[in-house]
Amino acid sequence: MVSIDIQNAYVDFPIFDAKSRSLKKAVLGKAGGRIGTESKVPIIEALRDISVSVRQGQRVGLVGHNGAGKSTLLRLMSGIYEPTRGRARIEGKVAPVFDLGVGMDPEISGFENIMVRGLFLGMTRKQMQERVDDIAEFTELGDYLSMPLRTYSTGMRVRLALGVVTSIDPEILLLDEGIGAVDSDFLAKARDRLNALVERSGLLVFASHSDEFLVDLCDTAIWMDHGQIREQGPLREVLAHYKGRDVVAELAERR
Amino acid sequence: MSSTVSAHAGQAAEQPEAAPSRSWRRATGDLALGWRQRTLWGYLGWQDIKQRYRRSVLGPLWISISMGVLATGLGILYAALFQNDYRQFLPYVATGLLIWNFISGCVLEGSEVFISNEGLIKFLPAPLTLHVYRLVWRQTLFFLHNLVIWAILVVIFPQPLGWSLLLALPAFALLVVNGFWVAVLSGIIATRFRDIPPIIASVVQLVFYMTPIVWDYGQLAKNPNVAERARLAELNPVMHFLEILREPLLGEPIVWRHWVVAGAITVLGWVAALLVLRNYRSRVAYWV
Repeated sequence: MVSIDIQNAYVDFPIFDAKSRSLKKAVLGKAGGRIGTESKVPIIEALRDISVSVRQGQRVGLVGHNGAGKSTLLRLMSGIYEPTRGRARIEGKVAPVFDLGVGMDPEISGFENIMVRGLFLGMTRKQMQERVDDIAEFTELGDYLSMPLRTYSTGMRVRLALGVVTSIDPEILLLDEGIGAVDSDFLAKARDRLNALVERSGLLVFASHSDEFLVDLCDTAIWMDHGQIREQGPLREVLAHYKGRDVVAELAERR
Repeated sequence: MSSTVSAHAGQAAEQPEAAPSRSWRRATGDLALGWRQRTLWGYLGWQDIKQRYRRSVLGPLWISISMGVLATGLGILYAALFQNDYRQFLPYVATGLLIWNFISGCVLEGSEVFISNEGLIKFLPAPLTLHVYRLVWRQTLFFLHNLVIWAILVVIFPQPLGWSLLLALPAFALLVVNGFWVAVLSGIIATRFRDIPPIIASVVQLVFYMTPIVWDYGQLAKNPNVAERARLAELNPVMHFLEILREPLLGEPIVWRHWVVAGAITVLGWVAALLVLRNYRSRVAYWV
């Protein structure tokens, strides 16, 4: 069963400045008394007391201001951060699309990057070779895939990253903002593919500032505020409380 | 993929505490998962090498060439300084150098292994040891490129090679196994304490001269004026690792004492590395 269960989880970052991160304090501090002991390291509580559970078939949108903890929550869900307190249980094959520059080598071609991405997501070389044609067709990049990645625009990189994660049958899809760089035609195509994926066997968590994308992709939402969950529930309600107006109705009118 | 991540549900504790994140199962699971992704690090390791020589005409052949130039130069210089026969000393220096290159590569890059992979660690969920496998594999590939120089020199200046040459395989395997724990241990500690990499870098430079690479231990030990001081080299762990591989490669008599020391260091090092991996594996993503 594909699921994410997080209970009372905290993500605390120790902030080592140049001084406290060095050995000097740890070593000299002992000799000189109690100055510079470990507890003096300031801690940023990036996430506080988070309890979320996401089940198969759910499409969750993450909203909130910059620095509210959306990206950190996504990384907690992907297993990159293990909670410093509390529990997180993730069942299923995770496919994240976070930073588009990372895990992609600008010097090698699009084809090779597809391969590397796929291997990172747990595919074998053979499985990826079978999927390359499908990805090439979906991304519409054509001959460009033989060019080094540094010649790609941001939108083209997003296409590539989305092409890979949607082709490998992931169970937990985690998307950070940034995929907004693609044009609307492609987004419509990606949406169909993502929805089909979620229906087949998975769940989707998507952080975004774009109301259109959220309405297109999600049915429920989590409102993050200062590292805590302010509200979770149906997308329409949460968005209305977050924005202070019924965004979904406005969008429906405009269409 | 399935994983459970949990810790004490303690209320507002001063220090971040983590219990089940720190388990032997997680630590060994990380190692096992990293091994299973060998297609990935195998590919990335090759990519690292190709990357360095991208668009150059000779490509990775440069690794062998620069090693050959260095070994020839140093070999002739030190043969003259110590008044040795270069026909014997040149292969000696070259073999020592290429083994040293592997060891120092693992140690130097090992302390930076997680710091330099910050992006990957923060943005893609992957076992931590993946980066260590990639590093050791890359260094192994460098070593194999450099081995060409050894082969050439052994042909030009024949050495009394025998069946003991087969010992080179387990010796190199032991070096690889040790490169791994060094990278895990120093990599995790250096991610937390950023003074470690420069400390290691300066120590490595010193150790190069403390190790019988450009000088011959047996020769100095026979000289009564310096014999006392030369024996200090026995305290240098790198010497033992160097000897277990150089002896078979040059057809020298095998000194089992070096194997015993190297074996003991391997066990101790792995125990330390596993302990650190168990306790701080989950913290690395927070520290990088």
